[in-house]
Amino acid sequence: MAFVSSGYNLDKPMENRITDIGPRKYDEFYPPVIAKNKGKWKYHEILEPGVLVHVAESGDEIFTVRAGGCRLMSVTHIREICEIADKYCGGHLRFTTRNNIEFMTDSKDAAMALKKDLESRKFPGGSYKFPVGGTGAGITNIVHTQGWIHCHTPATDASGPVKATMDVLFDEFKDHRLPAHLRVSLACCLNMCGAVHCSDIAILGYHRKPPLLDHEYLDKMCEIPLAIAACPTAAIKPSKVEIDGQKVNSVAVKEERCMFCGNCYTMCPSMPLADTEGDGIVIMAGGKVSNRISEPKFSKVVVAFIPNEAPRWPQTTATIKKMVDAYSKDANKYERLGEWAERIGWERVFEKCELEFTHHLIDDFRDPAYFTWRQTTQFKF
Amino acid sequence: MAKHETPLLDQLESGPWPSFVSDLKQEAEFRAKNEDNIEYQIPQDVVEDLLGVLELSFKHGRTHWKHGGIVGVFGYGGGVIGRYCDQPEKFPGVAHFHTMRVSQPAGKFYTTKYLREICDLWARRGSGITNMHGSTGDIIFLGTTTPQLEEIFWELTHNLNQDLGGSGSNLRTPSDCIGQARCEFACYDTQAICHDLTVEYQDELHRPAFPYKFKFKFDGCPNCCVASIARADLSFIGTWRDEIPIDQEAVQAYIGGEIPPNAGAHSGRDWGPFDIQKEVIDNCPTDCMWMEDNKLMIDNKECNRCMHCINVMPRALRIGNDRGCTILAGAKAPILDGAQMGSLIVPFIKVEEPYDEIKETVIEPIWDWWMEEGKNRERLGELMKRQGFKKLLEVTGFKPDPRMVSEPRTNPYIFWNEDEVEGGFKRDINEFRKHHQR
Repeated sequence: MAFVSSGYNLDKPMENRITDIGPRKYDEFYPPVIAKNKGKWKYHEILEPGVLVHVAESGDEIFTVRAGGCRLMSVTHIREICEIADKYCGGHLRFTTRNNIEFMTDSKDAAMALKKDLESRKFPGGSYKFPVGGTGAGITNIVHTQGWIHCHTPATDASGPVKATMDVLFDEFKDHRLPAHLRVSLACCLNMCGAVHCSDIAILGYHRKPPLLDHEYLDKMCEIPLAIAACPTAAIKPSKVEIDGQKVNSVAVKEERCMFCGNCYTMCPSMPLADTEGDGIVIMAGGKVSNRISEPKFSKVVVAFIPNEAPRWPQTTATIKKMVDAYSKDANKYERLGEWAERIGWERVFEKCELEFTHHLIDDFRDPAYFTWRQTTQFKF
Repeated sequence: MAKHETPLLDQLESGPWPSFVSDLKQEAEFRAKNEDNIEYQIPQDVVEDLLGVLELSFKHGRTHWKHGGIVGVFGYGGGVIGRYCDQPEKFPGVAHFHTMRVSQPAGKFYTTKYLREICDLWARRGSGITNMHGSTGDIIFLGTTTPQLEEIFWELTHNLNQDLGGSGSNLRTPSDCIGQARCEFACYDTQAICHDLTVEYQDELHRPAFPYKFKFKFDGCPNCCVASIARADLSFIGTWRDEIPIDQEAVQAYIGGEIPPNAGAHSGRDWGPFDIQKEVIDNCPTDCMWMEDNKLMIDNKECNRCMHCINVMPRALRIGNDRGCTILAGAKAPILDGAQMGSLIVPFIKVEEPYDEIKETVIEPIWDWWMEEGKNRERLGELMKRQGFKKLLEVTGFKPDPRMVSEPRTNPYIFWNEDEVEGGFKRDINEFRKHHQR
């Protein structure tokens, strides 16, 4: 493994340095039909799950085949995507916000051949490499975060529970039979690198034990005032601890005040929260970001805790499946999960989804809590 | 023969959804074979060790990555996230496993030529594992060693004309929806402004000068496909302020069942024949639509542009022609004081190059205020809550507008300014006492 220089000179870092050039310009990468018709699209139609046509004022058409992608992707996989795009799409493709891959062609026949090709490709373990779907009133790809593959604060994995959940929801990825589209998202901790707090169904990693205190190292590795200031509930205070007869500066945590957000650990590596039994999954539901019909909504906590059950998280996926089925059966056409919940009342949602309502689900965090308690005699038995 | 046994991960290879485990294994095998004689600059078995450490996390139910260290490229304070394994003896290939964020092109269109160049670079100098894409939008290079950071940056900038993205207390790489490139709903060119602002604010993106992260996101219409309203400190959402053009013939075609509603999005279930009254008119949140003489009528003045009718009948109804965007500020995830949705600060603004009005009257005054007043790790939304909406109006000079609130306040606890009250606050207690005994 001999070191190969790129041309960078360690002794003269500023020599011929190029900085602040930003990303490549988007229009370098447009397929010709996109470049020609940009801003002049007339309408679109989803021909079948995963296949769309967009028609321009010029009469030009572009057929898009959408394939589910893992956001965690190897260069070998990307090269295979490139090979497909070279064969069918003139060397162009795009990715969606939800980590799908979009292959665009200018004829329906080519799109259908492309779809067939995509669905014929499988990994040795049997999973599809490029399942086609994720459009319309169904479930598209789950946006997610890093999890155990690369993050230091997660309370659950990301790619694992996503794979397990998408396997269970796969029929909805391939179909248009739900009342409206249903967005599932996963964040492996409260920092929420993804916007799971406004998803129809959110899978959220959460800790349940206060931070461990690595007293011997805490003052060496952390700025104690920053760790104290990081706590939103003022549960952390300075303390002196005796280690091997030596008094060292450290912190103490008032455990009943801790709501396990992990913000202290973000500021101080000597306060880890991760724990096999303590960590697990919170399920939230009823959020949306679209302004369609009703206003955007936050997701609400409907299951306070499900343990991490690697590798397939069966309780998590079964709970989600139950919720999707209840919503699918009961909601009106065009009604998002949160709109359905508001129409029938959350008490009915718990009943129809067969979810237990526990004290954990009643908000007690600051002002917004009061506004979620019921201040009316209008409720359902 | 795999370097580490992965019995738990192996169970994620079955089932229909693409298996990231199978993909990691194929990359491990590709590197082991090295048929192209690549001079790998980081351990050849890096992906084997990545699978090994992930298996250990599946076994323990805990992560095995340490807090990031301070690594980066010279002169930048973002774009690289240091990452070290907490079991380096067992998994030396991933002992150093830093992330690099590569600024994605607006709209996420690519040529295969570019992607192959990215792949070649990353296979040689990194793990060959990516995220396409990270949550914020960047191309993520997942895992390389410290000495490779400058080499990768050099090759990116010199050979690929490509820069790193944002991380830390910086402007994060802005992102956008597909916009006018392929969507008839887009009210402005999301890619053009996303690219322009990304290039304009490279300094803010690379060199940490903010209290915390700051995100721009650009949604072409109120459908909000990039979720700007939920996660951007400034979200730009396309809208219009004139009439929705109606093609009455197409309306009839929907009523007659010739065109599937919602562009075919509901084709998987028999919902019965299309009922315009029930599906469109009765679902209108402002009750501003009706049928008259077999024609669809809209009282556009009362429309709040929710997009439902346009989504259901894209061939009959179109976005208006007087287009621009609405700007909302302060969205964020729950850390620390709870999640916030963006709050409306500009009901309507034109989105026209070179975007001076947006830069000079919205972005820069808000940044000045936040950089002056924001506490360490305080997002804009939290500062807005702490100092109040009035302060935001003061620093931007925006005129208060009922569109900025969902309802007026329910308490009279108004912080009157002294200059708003006749005679000011200075009074003479002795003068008062002449008429009011103690």
